[in-house]
Amino acid sequence: VFKRFVEIGRIAFISFGPHAGKLVAIVDVIDQNRALVDGPCSGVRRQAMPFKCMQLTDFVLKFPHSARQKCVRLAWEKENINEKWAATRWAKKIEAREKKAKMTDFDRYKVMKAKKM
Amino acid sequence: AGEKKPGEKAPSEKKPGKKKTGEKKPAEQKPIQKAVGEKKKKIKKHHASRNPVLARGIGRYSRSAMYARKALYKRKYTAPETKIEKKKKEKPRATITKPVGGDKNGGTRVVKIRKMPRYYPTEDVPRKLLSHGKKPFSQHKRSLRASITPGTVLILLTGRHRGKRVVFLKQLGTGLLLVTGPLAINRVPLRRAHQKFVIATSTKVDISGVKIPKHLTDAYFKKKRLRKPKHQEGEIFDTEKEKYEITEQRKSDQKAVDSQVLAQIKKVPQLRGYLRSTFGLSNGVYPHKLVF
Repeated sequence: VFKRFVEIGRIAFISFGPHAGKLVAIVDVIDQNRALVDGPCSGVRRQAMPFKCMQLTDFVLKFPHSARQKCVRLAWEKENINEKWAATRWAKKIEAREKKAKMTDFDRYKVMKAKKM
Repeated sequence: AGEKKPGEKAPSEKKPGKKKTGEKKPAEQKPIQKAVGEKKKKIKKHHASRNPVLARGIGRYSRSAMYARKALYKRKYTAPETKIEKKKKEKPRATITKPVGGDKNGGTRVVKIRKMPRYYPTEDVPRKLLSHGKKPFSQHKRSLRASITPGTVLILLTGRHRGKRVVFLKQLGTGLLLVTGPLAINRVPLRRAHQKFVIATSTKVDISGVKIPKHLTDAYFKKKRLRKPKHQEGEIFDTEKEKYEITEQRKSDQKAVDSQVLAQIKKVPQLRGYLRSTFGLSNGVYPHKLVF
């Protein structure tokens, strides 16, 4: 029934808060609501973060719990998480949504014409 | 002896800042050329103040004493009166002769241009308080939004051309924006638009090479109204220009500007179709969320 679990090394997508839109790896679990989290390759400092703002992705890294940032970074880069993430449909949908919001009036016209084709 | 220090005197009388630069050789050449013409004008260096200071702002001698000390009675200068004798001061005209109708009337009358007042109020008009910074409309500061630059595509929001997308040309003297369709694309002629009733899009046409005729000013676009209702109420409606006629000059100006603008528009793909379309809101479209 559940396919994605909170585990050490799970990559999560932050949905709201100051780091909204970034990926982090779960390094350790603090208590029922918070995890120690680190995103060396996505610009998030090692910090506690509530589970509520995290959305689990399909990616898991292999490192021991409470591993330091260097280890997390090595694992992250070895798995090439950034590229894999950009290739997922999830990330592509986010990007499309952003592009649509930035469309200027002229772009909207061009899209309208293109759709009519 | 006065001529022996020409290096200092001749240039210093003209430019006191250049006195002691120690350039004697070029300085000697100057007075040699100047001394020929200026031998008579031996203007000396400026004297120090002849009014010793007692305290700050207070001098030892009074105004009249200083007049005597500075020998101003000897130094009265007037501007040279060149060609005034020839021109003879022109007085403004005092009277004018006007023609008068009716026979046996003599045909003309001599009328004063500036007449004596026909009424003097019993109390004088009170002196108005000083006001500051109240300028007439013609001197107001005109501002223009930073998003509106020459060549920007604007969306008109009011007027008979509401919703149409239009090219901005320049801002006129009163602050209104000069705008053109171009006419061939969306039937908007050279026209004025108000900055406040316009949405500026981020689409720009390169208009840097387009020359806009200088005579396109506010006076050119201002509505003309006849104001001579000499008849009584019944016959006024005929004389008023209800039907607006497009003058030949407007047509030629339109052609001149549009030919240049159209050339630039053709360079951008799909821009012509964009300008032909109109802007509208529909369900789920919120202006505050749109990026223009």
